Amino acid sequence: MWRKAIIAAPYLWLLVFFLAPFAIVLRISLADPVIAQPPYSPTYSPDSFTFLLTDKLYAITYLRSVVMAAGATLLCLLLGFPMAYGIARCSPATRSMLLLLIILPFWISFLLRVYAWMGLMNNYGAINNLLMWLGVVDQPVQLMYTDFAIFVGLAYSYLPFMILPLYATLERMDLDLVEAAQDLGASRSRAFWDVTWPLARPGVIAGCLLVFIPAMGEYVIPYLLGGSESLLIGRVLFDEFFVNRDWPLASAVAVILLLLLVVPIVLLQRYQARDQEGTA
Amino acid sequence: MKDFIRIRGLSKKFGNFLAVDNVDLDIERGELFSILGGSGCGKTTLLRMLAGFELPTSGTIEIDGVDVTNQPPYERHVNMMFQSYAVFPHMTVEKNIGYGLRKERMPRPEIAKRVDEMLELVQLQELRSRKPDQLSGGQRQRVALARALIKQPKVLLLDEPLAALDKKLRERTQFELMNIQDELGITFVVVTHDQEEAMTLSSRIAVMDRGQFRQIGTPKEIYEFPSNRFVAEFIGTINTFRGHVAAKEEDSISVDSSEAGVTLTALGKQLVEEGQEIEIAIRPEKIFISKEKPDDGDAVCLPGVVDDLGYRGNRSLYRIRLESGKIVQVSSQNRRRSVTRFLEWDDRVWISWRPRSAVVLLD
Repeated sequence: MWRKAIIAAPYLWLLVFFLAPFAIVLRISLADPVIAQPPYSPTYSPDSFTFLLTDKLYAITYLRSVVMAAGATLLCLLLGFPMAYGIARCSPATRSMLLLLIILPFWISFLLRVYAWMGLMNNYGAINNLLMWLGVVDQPVQLMYTDFAIFVGLAYSYLPFMILPLYATLERMDLDLVEAAQDLGASRSRAFWDVTWPLARPGVIAGCLLVFIPAMGEYVIPYLLGGSESLLIGRVLFDEFFVNRDWPLASAVAVILLLLLVVPIVLLQRYQARDQEGTA
Repeated sequence: MKDFIRIRGLSKKFGNFLAVDNVDLDIERGELFSILGGSGCGKTTLLRMLAGFELPTSGTIEIDGVDVTNQPPYERHVNMMFQSYAVFPHMTVEKNIGYGLRKERMPRPEIAKRVDEMLELVQLQELRSRKPDQLSGGQRQRVALARALIKQPKVLLLDEPLAALDKKLRERTQFELMNIQDELGITFVVVTHDQEEAMTLSSRIAVMDRGQFRQIGTPKEIYEFPSNRFVAEFIGTINTFRGHVAAKEEDSISVDSSEAGVTLTALGKQLVEEGQEIEIAIRPEKIFISKEKPDDGDAVCLPGVVDDLGYRGNRSLYRIRLESGKIVQVSSQNRRRSVTRFLEWDDRVWISWRPRSAVVLLD
């Protein structure tokens, strides 16, 4: 009885807080916008979706979001892998110290940290001042309100989500395996690609999903660090809801965003399941 | 015969800790050589230097006439079987075994042929497409062995090859290992803490302690003629009697030992001085036990009382308390089938041994 209740609990949670809200969003996306309370009609119409799929601007925005999120994910992976690898190879005492340092920024409000980057990156901020003082440039470089700033913001904010799962898989890995590969004739780099990388893959996949998914829908970072013309899907979603008050269109944007995210996850999971069956 | 592996003045320091201390060692081609010692004695460090995972602080390693001291592991014709087996979990049995050849860029058909041979050698043909997590410990061990052997190394290093197996399987695998070694003629260097394993497997054993070899010899030499107290006590059980050399004769010595309560005779080829403090050591199975004083003029005979006894099936173990209070361990074969005990607690008995069975230990 208790067993069943405990197993049912997470499903119930998902049902109430994910599936039910999604059903509501889906329902709204299939309505017409009206000026009323709530601002959508009780009727059904595919208009929002047809509009979304025919207007090029939305397609471009989705694509830009995918590219930005993928870029930030790649940046996180490039930065996070060596860090996670390094931490996993430290003595246990140093390890927990370093992990604490990774998690420490979470103790400060997310908004504050993004504001801090604004301070660092604006025309007379710390980075530009340093560059000018070093004589690298004589005029401030435009960092703020560029795609570069968004990349930096995304990579900075989501880096821990990459490092932690990577660390978890790398820490469990038997170092003898790498030595065995070297013993059998693999150079250091060969041993990395033959052994370390494939065994770290579950961590890489988990880390990439944990960064890519929230980065796709990220609203605050592009809003604060990006320029007014750098339209990303999170921003569009926000604007459709709160500025245009077009709930059905906003819901349709959300539904398509979700589909964009669910498809790669399902593919990855199928790939992983096949990987574990041992038919490679 | 020319020495196949020559180690000269090899040392390894980790910080201030001297793991291997100025070691010399020669191993012949085709030997099954064991390095035996307790944990932290430096045996694994020595093995890792042979494999190339650790660089020596000083000294040289030559294999088949080539100085390999500073060669990285992937350039040495040496392969290793790890204690954890280190079988690649993401590769099938076949892929694991063929890994070393793929790194050599050997043509595929040739690899397939050699993998087949190896699978046959370790009898894993049916399991070729399994992944390691679908194998038992013994099967994983054989994958690791085949994987290390497929490159036909000059030397195969085995780090505690049987430690992870249960007792029955360990005994069977010991003989398998010996057969494979015999068949292929590859020089095996085994590191182990298990003296029984070392005794069964090896053509020669080096007993290691605190970074140095205490004795190198055949299993028989090590067991029957330990050259010092450490080796005598590390291998098997041994009884020791401390005493002073009372007299030296042609080829024997008399030793006054208060522990024994009598004067002990031992064959003493060793260089001992009169009055020198030495120890006479005797293995439990070299001691006879009887109710009456044995009628043998040469034998060393001591009276005692049965302090404790244990039945082990094939043999019985006795702890005999001498008059001095010293406890002597005696092991005797249970040749006859019987339900009743030959001896009981507190029985008065005589223990005796031939002088030639005892060993003189100087340190």
